[in-house]
Amino acid sequence: MDFSFLAQQIINGISLGGLYGLIAVGYTLVYGILRLINFAHGDIMMIGCYFAFYGIFMFSLPWWASFLLAVILTAAAGILIDIGAYRPVRNAPRISALITAIGVSFLLENLGLVLFSGRPKAFYRPEFLSEIREIAGVRILDLNIWSFVLTLVLLGVILFIIHDTRTGRAMRCIAYDMETTKLMGVDVNRIIALTFAIGSAAAAAGGIMWAMRYPQINPLMGIIPGLKAFVAAVLGGIGNVTGAMLGGLLLGIIEILLVALRPDMAGYRDAIAFAILILILLFRPTGLMGQKLPD
Amino acid sequence: MDPHRKRNQALSLAAIAVVAAILYFADSGASDYQIRILNNCAIFAALAVSYNLINGVTGQFSLGPNAFLAIGAYTSALLTMSPLEKELSFIIDPVIWPLNEIQTPFYVSLLAAGSVSALFGLLMGFPVFRVRGDYLAIVTLGFGEVVRVVANNTQSVTNGPLGLKGIEAHTDLWWTSGFALATVFFVGRLVRSSYGMALKAIRYDETAAEAIGINTFWHKMLAFIVSAFFAGIGGGLLAHLITTISPSLFTFFLTFNLLIIIVLGGLGSTTGAVLAALLVTWGGEALRFVEEPMQIGPLDIPGIPGMRMVIFSLLLVLMMIFARQGIMGTREFSWNAVFSGIRRLQRGPGKAK
Repeated sequence: MDFSFLAQQIINGISLGGLYGLIAVGYTLVYGILRLINFAHGDIMMIGCYFAFYGIFMFSLPWWASFLLAVILTAAAGILIDIGAYRPVRNAPRISALITAIGVSFLLENLGLVLFSGRPKAFYRPEFLSEIREIAGVRILDLNIWSFVLTLVLLGVILFIIHDTRTGRAMRCIAYDMETTKLMGVDVNRIIALTFAIGSAAAAAGGIMWAMRYPQINPLMGIIPGLKAFVAAVLGGIGNVTGAMLGGLLLGIIEILLVALRPDMAGYRDAIAFAILILILLFRPTGLMGQKLPD
Repeated sequence: MDPHRKRNQALSLAAIAVVAAILYFADSGASDYQIRILNNCAIFAALAVSYNLINGVTGQFSLGPNAFLAIGAYTSALLTMSPLEKELSFIIDPVIWPLNEIQTPFYVSLLAAGSVSALFGLLMGFPVFRVRGDYLAIVTLGFGEVVRVVANNTQSVTNGPLGLKGIEAHTDLWWTSGFALATVFFVGRLVRSSYGMALKAIRYDETAAEAIGINTFWHKMLAFIVSAFFAGIGGGLLAHLITTISPSLFTFFLTFNLLIIIVLGGLGSTTGAVLAALLVTWGGEALRFVEEPMQIGPLDIPGIPGMRMVIFSLLLVLMMIFARQGIMGTREFSWNAVFSGIRRLQRGPGKAK
């Protein structure tokens, strides 16, 4: 095994893990504030991909306009799901909220199957992103470079919102103590809806980059990345945005390295994430960067 | 002591006799399709009751019954298939010893299915019960996925994605209804025993339960293992009913079905779980019309496959918002409640209170 082989695998792992991380940010934001595992998060990502797909193929928008519109529409969908499904169960036991989330997830998947049909659809990838360049013996697809740059930019924007705006301060307050935040005159419902909007927008952006990578989409595409992103969020310390990104990168690298070093184990690729999850919960339930204990 | 105990027992026996008579006539007279629905009703009733033991009664939100169903189904199918059949099925890798030589009767394979599944329950329980609440849900969901991935990859044990074909159709109405009855009886007795009291205490407040001296870890483990045992047998019956199994059969989708059933029945109610299993299984068949082409007035609606699942998932969300208690809440069906209901009706609605 030479150096360039290893470097190649790590680069591949980073480009996959960045997407896990971006999707994980949405999980971690919602969990940090509501203590709710938003099971439907992966399916929201899928919805985002279909918005982008139909924007290009039905309304013949230029790709960038379609992608931008898809992110905005997905944010709106996130708000709608919060208002329609999660807000009514906000004061119910946490397990009821979890069941609701599972229901929403299945609803989106099956609505997707009914509306978009189960047949995979080819996704658009702009020409200029399809080039492969070689840097020091490592081959990288242009798409992956731009995806990673965009992911970091989005992460920066989200961190800015959380740490340097009034909305972000309100979010952190709700995570700390929702009841008291209400008493301070913060419109808690509005802030939570905004959180869902930010998380869903991040999921849509991650989903579109995911779809360009493979390049095809189907209504069940959100399940596996959704679950892995959740593992990434726990790995990084749930509730912590930077941690979610680190967890995603780590998970991506571990997964790619496993497949590269032990090709005979490639079939177990999807089980690795859960093995990591179980180990993390056993030995370090707070994750890499989390402070609070779960539960 | 309940003064009506004798009467209630007699009524219960009578009810069982009536069901048995119906099944007897169905067995000879009903169409294959109707018999299949009845079989599904019975298996899902039993599965729901066993799933409800851990989720409803004990309040530990497991999302992994599909793992136990898969383990049970594969165990029993591999035991009843003849060595020759296994040799013919396993075309990529031959099946490992001792599976390539043994063949057992159906009932032995079911007991083995339950036992192997319970053993896996025990092993999973150690990591699973280190965590609580929604983390427990995710970890059990993870185990469900891991079992499916492993089944897909252990070619020489499970035949991988090809699955097992040509399993003999041993499961009939008597097996399924007998299994349902046994499960309801056993789980019902367990819930009413002192162990059941402890399990309910854990559901209401785990810390308080621990404080009054309940060993919460082993009680949760007990519920988990019993639940896994029955799920394993249910998996075995399912395998010998549909005669073909593959890893794709045991996805989270199966767990979702059971979840809808126990939520509809009321988390924590054994009789509610049975009632809801019948409703959901029958309802799933009755709703088939929504997926067929329809004509409403001048409108021609083409068939929409998948519409039933949309309805079921919507039902789950709406139930969580408007009817969290389900049909029975945590109550149980009892003859005393029926009689006092009848008496209230006789006295007239005005004096109901």
